[in-house]
Amino acid sequence: MQSNSILLSLLIWLPIIGAAIVSLVGGDNANRARWLALAISIVVFVVSIPLFTGYDASTPKMQFDEFQVWIGAINANYHLGADGISIALILLTTFTTVLVILGAWDSVHDRVNQYLAAFLVLEGLMIGVFCALDALLFYVFFEGMLIPMFVIIGVWGGPRRVYATLKFFLYTFFGSIFMLVGLIWLYFHAHSWELSKLAELKISASAQAWLFFAFLLGFAIKVPMWPVHTWLPDAHVEAPTGGSVILAAIMLKIGGYGFLRFSLPIVPDACHEYAWLIIALSLIAVIYVGFVALVQDDMKKLIAYSSVSHMGFVTLGTFIVFALMRGGGSRDAAYLGASGAMVQMISHGFVSGAMFSCVGVLYDRMHSRMIRDYGGVVNTMPWFAALWVLFSMANCGLPGTSGFVGEFMVIVASFQMNPWVAAGAASTLIIGAAYTLWLVKRVIFGDIANEHVAELKDINLREAIVLGAFAAGVLILGVWPAPLTHLMDASIRHIVDQVAIVKI
Amino acid sequence: MTFNIHDLFLLLPEDFLLGATCAILLIDLFLKPGQRSITHWLSLAALLGTMALILADTDPQVTAFSGAYIHDKIAAVLKVFILGISAVVFVFARGYLRDRELFIGEYYLLCLFSILGMLLLVSAGNLVMVYLGLELFALSTYGLVAINRDSGIASEAAMKYFVLGALASGLLLYGMSMIYGAAHTLDLAGIHAAAPSVEHPQLLTFGLVFLVVGIAFKFGAAPFHMWLPDVYEGSPTAVTIFIGSAPKIAAFGMAYRLLEAGLGGLSPHWSLMLGVLAAASLAIGNVVAIAQTNIKRMLAYSTISHVGFLLLGLANGTPSGYAAAMFYAISYSIMATAAFGVILLLARAGFEAEQIADFKGLNKRNPWYALIMLLAMASLAGIPPLFGFFAKLLVLKAAIDAGMIWLAMVAVVFAIIGCYYYLYVIKVMYFDQPEQETALVLPQDKPLRWLLSLNGVALVVLGLLWGPLIGWCYRAFGLPS
Repeated sequence: MQSNSILLSLLIWLPIIGAAIVSLVGGDNANRARWLALAISIVVFVVSIPLFTGYDASTPKMQFDEFQVWIGAINANYHLGADGISIALILLTTFTTVLVILGAWDSVHDRVNQYLAAFLVLEGLMIGVFCALDALLFYVFFEGMLIPMFVIIGVWGGPRRVYATLKFFLYTFFGSIFMLVGLIWLYFHAHSWELSKLAELKISASAQAWLFFAFLLGFAIKVPMWPVHTWLPDAHVEAPTGGSVILAAIMLKIGGYGFLRFSLPIVPDACHEYAWLIIALSLIAVIYVGFVALVQDDMKKLIAYSSVSHMGFVTLGTFIVFALMRGGGSRDAAYLGASGAMVQMISHGFVSGAMFSCVGVLYDRMHSRMIRDYGGVVNTMPWFAALWVLFSMANCGLPGTSGFVGEFMVIVASFQMNPWVAAGAASTLIIGAAYTLWLVKRVIFGDIANEHVAELKDINLREAIVLGAFAAGVLILGVWPAPLTHLMDASIRHIVDQVAIVKI
Repeated sequence: MTFNIHDLFLLLPEDFLLGATCAILLIDLFLKPGQRSITHWLSLAALLGTMALILADTDPQVTAFSGAYIHDKIAAVLKVFILGISAVVFVFARGYLRDRELFIGEYYLLCLFSILGMLLLVSAGNLVMVYLGLELFALSTYGLVAINRDSGIASEAAMKYFVLGALASGLLLYGMSMIYGAAHTLDLAGIHAAAPSVEHPQLLTFGLVFLVVGIAFKFGAAPFHMWLPDVYEGSPTAVTIFIGSAPKIAAFGMAYRLLEAGLGGLSPHWSLMLGVLAAASLAIGNVVAIAQTNIKRMLAYSTISHVGFLLLGLANGTPSGYAAAMFYAISYSIMATAAFGVILLLARAGFEAEQIADFKGLNKRNPWYALIMLLAMASLAGIPPLFGFFAKLLVLKAAIDAGMIWLAMVAVVFAIIGCYYYLYVIKVMYFDQPEQETALVLPQDKPLRWLLSLNGVALVVLGLLWGPLIGWCYRAFGLPS
């Protein structure tokens, strides 16, 4: 397993080194920092494309393997590798980071170099999370991510940023440190941090239950699942636009990714045992949090709650696998559920990123996120309104947009498990449409509400590029999801097949 | 027991340090106040020379004075870090001392004697040697705390430190006398051999309790921590940084010698005691630190909580646990030096950086040193990929290996609580508006600024590449690395 590719290392370290350069040379010249950061992020995106083109999707094996002994004393290795799931998420990360840096062009003026550097560091660490095959390395990236995000929200955020960022940090730290205890316990028994070795380890039922809840705390807070989601609306509301986009589009996905990479392969029997719990929590997220979103008067908060609700589909799709695989259901439905969860993750990355970018566009002009300050935006910003409506449609899961694909797959799969679960999940199509369309109605349509709206200027070229790129993602994925599902198919089948094996 | 004059040559590093210290004492007498830098550089040279002598012996296995002095690999590692970190402290402290008219030979001499005491302490092979080393170290630090004799708060701190320290020494001595009574020997190896078959095992256990109290006092573990916040706050920062760094390494050495080398057979007993002390220290340190407004006092409570972690590793009672605790002591010293170093530097830039509020908006006024403080705080909080995380990881691993999963959970919960006050400092530096917008005028003290920058960068670099250091610790305890 000697290293034969440096592609993944390059993807991790290039943005981090780039960040150091940006923060050093961009101190006195904001434009230089912007162009440099943009160039670095584009280079990283280009470097990440060979992952997609060079990946052999017919096998679930980890590819682009890199192996280096890190800390010999405790068998920790610098071991990187990517399968279809990782690659999809890495591409989402590199793609979104370019758009975030472009989006911050005119909206951030204070310490621009530090702001952009923080995003580049974040990018490197998130890519590290998605391709670490060593549990300790994964944990280091997983936690390391918190520092730049903490600073982004705390320095460039809104009025209550300090409260929000401390809450964000302590919540996520709280969850993940229990995961660390679980990982150390696993290391003690497996004498290895390799994920593949941990997945082969035989673990007793009671130990599996403990580990399951340790992982659950870590990942459920990250996703976030109801009832540990309360940090998210605060963090989103106070974060600067770029912070919200990265948070919603990528960081939340790390929770879902963690379930697939850790909980499912390592403690499948406990997952089976407690799948009902996760399914119940997911349904509460989908339905109850959907209703909560309905009553928000802050646009960012509304989208934040809608994120929680949509991420409910991810956990639902991941855990109905157990009911289907071990409850005598069809294996194909299980694949469908897990694939649906993954498609939903990628799609939600595009849609939520786009929605937060839209709010950012309005906020830059009006300095308000309150729905009541808007009305009739379509009259002054027609192009913007068209894009916003597109993203809203995707958010309610309209066929033809990416939002439909994942939700549909999960609902179909859950129908095979239990029609009532499917009915609960499907209710999102109504609730989601309600809060999204009502938001559109109040902000976009109607008469011009006040003189501030009357003075609005439509999006400029830069904003058009950002929103247009998101729109392209939403539409392509909606009309033709085959490349994505093909990319992840073998990897997902592999994980789902592992689940079927009792390993007590 | 016979005294062999040739044994003196076996103690070459200590001899060198003692000779150098005496020479500096004499030279300093003849220096004019303006020439005090000579003392500074000579002291540094003495430390580095001693360090070179220790490093020159690549496979140390020295036993001198009938086993009273043992210089093994463990002692070598501990001594190298005690000397190295003290040397860094000297560089950091110089300008601060000069600005406050404390730039006097006594600071260096007391520090040097104290360091000599620490070296003897970690090499102790019998109970008397432990006591001698400890007292040489402790008496010098009592003097150091009171070095600014015009300061009421410093005198009060010194007085408290002295009285409580003397009490702890008394308890320790009392425990030693009981162990001597039970085992009929002062030799630690002899006690270890005699422990399973002593006539009155309860006497031995009784003595152990007093030893543990003495050790806990020297560490500043709760509930024997009362002196620590007052001493940290009351001392001049140049003294706080000295007391807050290298002595933790020496305290680890003392605990190892007494508990493992001497009373290793009683590990089921002391393991439980250390576990209780660890839990208490973690709880008191982390919770009380939240309420502090003085940064030195906050760091004092943070020390108490770190001692809790360190004891967690010791409590395990296996070589890998000791290696983890040793790694923790060393990494803590490096982190604490960085944090106090920033305070020392800022204390000279026109305002006394005593209160946490003094750090307001530091990022706007000087981003680089704000970043170093951020690294120090995040590292103390144990956030990966910084150095402090891996120290915590190894200690938690040791606790889980030993089956103390509940204790590990307690440690984890308090680590999260502890996170808050470290983050609070970061919050003050980064998110708050400074009272003045102007850039800080920092002293042109190049050695301090370069070394402090290096110290800050080391927290990241050692976080990514901590293999060699942990390998060194593992090898010292004969573990594969």
